[in-house]
Amino acid sequence: MKRIVILGGGTGGTLAANRLHRAYGDGARIVVVDRDDDHVYQPGLLFVPFGMADADDLVRSRPRQLADGIGYHRGEVERVDLEADRVHLADGTELGYDALVIATGARLMPEETEGLTGPGCRGHVDTFYDLDGAVGLASALAAFDGGKLVVNVIDLPVKCPVAPLEFCFLADWFFTERGIRDRVELTYVTPLDAAFTKPVAARTLEGILEAKGVELVTEFTTGEVDGADGRLVSFDGREVAFDQAVVVPLHGGASYVDRSPGLGDELGFVRADEHTLRSQVKDNIFVLGDAASVPTSKAGSVTHFEGEVLARNVGQFLDGRPLDASFDGHTNCFIESGFGKALLIDFNYDTEPLPGHYPADAGLPLLKESRLNHLGKLMFSWLYWHSLLPGRDLPGVSSAMPRAGKRFPEAARR
Amino acid sequence: MSTKVYAGTEVPVNEEGFFTDPALWREEMAPAIAADAGVGELGERHWQVLKFVRAEFAEKGTGPTVRVLGKTSGVPVKELYQLFPKGPAKLAARIAGIPKPRGCI
Repeated sequence: MKRIVILGGGTGGTLAANRLHRAYGDGARIVVVDRDDDHVYQPGLLFVPFGMADADDLVRSRPRQLADGIGYHRGEVERVDLEADRVHLADGTELGYDALVIATGARLMPEETEGLTGPGCRGHVDTFYDLDGAVGLASALAAFDGGKLVVNVIDLPVKCPVAPLEFCFLADWFFTERGIRDRVELTYVTPLDAAFTKPVAARTLEGILEAKGVELVTEFTTGEVDGADGRLVSFDGREVAFDQAVVVPLHGGASYVDRSPGLGDELGFVRADEHTLRSQVKDNIFVLGDAASVPTSKAGSVTHFEGEVLARNVGQFLDGRPLDASFDGHTNCFIESGFGKALLIDFNYDTEPLPGHYPADAGLPLLKESRLNHLGKLMFSWLYWHSLLPGRDLPGVSSAMPRAGKRFPEAARR
Repeated sequence: MSTKVYAGTEVPVNEEGFFTDPALWREEMAPAIAADAGVGELGERHWQVLKFVRAEFAEKGTGPTVRVLGKTSGVPVKELYQLFPKGPAKLAARIAGIPKPRGCI
């Protein structure tokens, strides 16, 4: 019987376990390891500060998302012994494996930025990238009656690179609804040279920021967050003042990756072939989701699309056959823009987000605000728990990026 | 797309001044590229970063981000900004003749 160990019981680990269990049945012993039992629906964190979602509704049991027959071990990973094909847990347990799937996501590292764990933090400096921060921001925004609100991404990569922009859009809407928008200065501060990494989408998103009166500060690499004086300071000496800062801290991989020599890169992410999702360090280690160092967004949709490829390739590997599934970098994100509307972007390694429709000519509008997209985003929560985590294919949504419906520039057609 | 002449060789560069063919780069070209990029005279610490950037590109196919540079080049981020004001990762990549770092998406 094949032994598959899956590190991480979040989006990637759960859907990989369920897909592999379906493929192998009782022919494989699958164990998922996580340090706690709380599975957080991370896309919902964005809504908590604006009172649009309740924190308690975002959390469910990790083991209950796994199909019967999949083992679950609650424990901290100490390290992976690459030579011996064994995982060591902090409680002394050792798990041997024929295939290891790494799905331990990304970790927030506020301690890496000067001042980000200092005075004023978890108060008028906070983040919506974890549950406590999102709840704290709900209180802070409810009490905010005017002044400078700054949204700052310290550096990339971060989970869901559009979420900080969505926060700006929703803040504009939130304060408009409260009737105090004219008393709030909104500023988006990014280390990038534009609002987003890809030029066509960046232009659209910058247009929305401008229309909503959100100032954009680019190429700002934050060296210090001074909560006491209310200012961000960049490494090149610029300053941005704030009364309330919403900060997205530096991200890194899980800490056991650093304790497992050779497993990860400088930031603790595991290098993997971007198409097969097999790690570059060992043939029997596969990676998916935010834990992977591949050139695509750290987002749940990516993890979902990767899951199909990963499950196939793990199966091929265990059966001694060549890996034949290939991930194209497909990413699909709804971008909330406030006032009951949202945009949708869809792209992959080779194609940047383009206008048009998804998944074909008659579909959801791409790179354009619409009520339909907002409904799509809201509906996604149900699909996440009932279809995506169980490892089912979503109707009309495939791992490969659809080209139909997209308006490609002339140069790309040649 | 346009071309520049560095150390007597004509090289194609993109609209932001990055080499489109890193194989054409030679160390003698770096001082002139640095001047174009608004970086002053290149010292020993600049070269430490430039050589590191070239090696990273050869191994990984993309230049490192500022954060990775600060962790692995032996030059801390604050000093990187003194050496290459207004964006060390981009400026070091440009002077080292490699594409703009893909960075993060």
